[in-house]
Amino acid sequence: MFGRIYAIFKGRNREFLRDRASFAWNMLLPIVLMFGLSFALGGDRDAYTVGVLQDDDVIVAAQHPFLDRRDIKFVATRDKEDALSKVARHQLDLLVEFGDTPRYWVNPDSAKGHFVELALLQAGSTAPPTIQKEQIAGDPIRYVDWVLPGILGMNMMFSCMFGVGYVVVRYRKNGFLKRLSATPLTSFEFIAAQVASRMVLIMAITVFVYTGTHLFLDTRMEGSFFTLFLVALVGAISMVSLGLVISARVTSEELAGGLLNLVNWPMMLLSGVWFSLEGAGDFVQNLAKLFPLTHVLNSARAVMLDGATLLDVAPSLVALTVLSATFIGIGARVFRWGQY
Amino acid sequence: MPTVLEARNLTKQYPGVRAVDGLSFAMPEGICFGLLGPNGAGKTTTVEIIEGVTPATSGEVFYFGEPVGPKFQQEAGIQFQNTALQDFLTVRETIEMFRSLYERKADFDKLVEQCSLHDLLDRDNRKLSGGQRQRLLLAVALVNRPRLIFLDEPTTGLDPQARRNFWDLVQNLRTQGASIVLTTHYMDEAQVLCDEIAIMDAGKIVTQGSPDALLRERYKGLIIEFPVTDVTGALDDIEHTVYENLGIVEVITSDVSASLQQLSPHVQNLNHIKIRQPNLEDLFLDLTGHTLRA
Repeated sequence: MFGRIYAIFKGRNREFLRDRASFAWNMLLPIVLMFGLSFALGGDRDAYTVGVLQDDDVIVAAQHPFLDRRDIKFVATRDKEDALSKVARHQLDLLVEFGDTPRYWVNPDSAKGHFVELALLQAGSTAPPTIQKEQIAGDPIRYVDWVLPGILGMNMMFSCMFGVGYVVVRYRKNGFLKRLSATPLTSFEFIAAQVASRMVLIMAITVFVYTGTHLFLDTRMEGSFFTLFLVALVGAISMVSLGLVISARVTSEELAGGLLNLVNWPMMLLSGVWFSLEGAGDFVQNLAKLFPLTHVLNSARAVMLDGATLLDVAPSLVALTVLSATFIGIGARVFRWGQY
Repeated sequence: MPTVLEARNLTKQYPGVRAVDGLSFAMPEGICFGLLGPNGAGKTTTVEIIEGVTPATSGEVFYFGEPVGPKFQQEAGIQFQNTALQDFLTVRETIEMFRSLYERKADFDKLVEQCSLHDLLDRDNRKLSGGQRQRLLLAVALVNRPRLIFLDEPTTGLDPQARRNFWDLVQNLRTQGASIVLTTHYMDEAQVLCDEIAIMDAGKIVTQGSPDALLRERYKGLIIEFPVTDVTGALDDIEHTVYENLGIVEVITSDVSASLQQLSPHVQNLNHIKIRQPNLEDLFLDLTGHTLRA
């Protein structure tokens, strides 16, 4: 069995590595995006964002004149620890709590925090009582630090799903799968070889791009490289498996492309590649949990930005493993060699 | 000789079309068995059912007396009518990859020599000519030292020289004792290569036997041919079987002299008359409707 898996694995690797155009695209896309964003955005968000610590989701401007400011984005939050950590990382410029004892937290190293603080105090000059100040220290997280896992994850998603799903449909359409079906190779062995091949290739590309980006842009890494590698590995397997399920019976490249996009685009938009879903509703957040990419990005960011340990990301790894096993099981069961 | 392959009552029903209609045959070991028929006769479907690639609606297939299964997959070599190979792989890598899928393995060097691929081993699959590609596909079909080989229209689209080279390869396989199932619509190919043929039409076998025996049984004598444009008057008084096909009149006769005497008043230019042995193409056209269907 392993001999047959290895034979197909080797053949697919050779095919991919010698297809210079595809190979270059897989390498270049994340690099160009990373460096482009790094220079274009300069590592900063462009809007002032203030967290409002309260139990309700709706912010009532009547609480304080400061909340009437149109040039500041206000975000309601219940999780004080999380909000404080964001102030420390400069992801929130200020955290404010109105109530019996009004307070605010600001990072003294944040220039934007300083301006927002002035705006708060000016707005409050006519509105007693006085507001209590607390300081939070911490280094800023640039957008590049935050978006790096998103771009690597997105590249992984496209490469895994299109690189496997599309190729399997092409093999089926041109009769190569039919030829394989006349050999002792089983559908499970074929699928295992495809998963292994794409996993090795995408991991090599991801490690290469991450290393280059980390060295050149000095991106933040609070946790362990091993844990991050494990997150990427399990994530790659789950996304390749998802691509295989989609392509298990499809015989047209056009339909395969449509189905892959049908999954890819919501996954890219709802998994937090480009922006955080924190302000989104519960339905969207729960829907996002069904996507492997969400677990990959949340875990990768936790490791890279918060120093999460293997134990911390274990629930996401388990979720990804369950998703992979489900996808592979369904894929092997419904897989068709031919076009009949 | 033991029966290497037996099909019993194979049927394949597609929506609105019965591609294979209760087909049965048995094939002794060590022969080249030709499955002939016009396009759409059900040859490829029949072969793909036997190979296990297409499921039958009903019927059974036996390999050495046992239902086809893992043993068949290990011991059968298959060359499909249309097969794409992986892009960017060389001939050597393609053969090695398929060879790795089997427990029974042919000797690589012998296989390369057998299929005349030595000069092509490092060439990309995509850069092979039609004949070279067919030789590679044959090599892929032989990677497991098969006891039973399926060749589905292997010379379609090849030039005459490449076809004859391919015939040599198949004849070598026969002399080495392999059993071969050859699907073709080239009658000359079947006549050269096959020990036994079955002619299919509309999903059924219409006749089966050795080419010589079938021809002897059907045609008692020779065929006299001449262009229909040379005919003057009716040929009603000719005593023998007369066909007209694509502008040529064919008269089947066991007494050529007598027939020529009868024909001479009706044929303007005797220089256009040809006398030849009946062949499989005649038989094929007789049995499947006297015209080649698209």
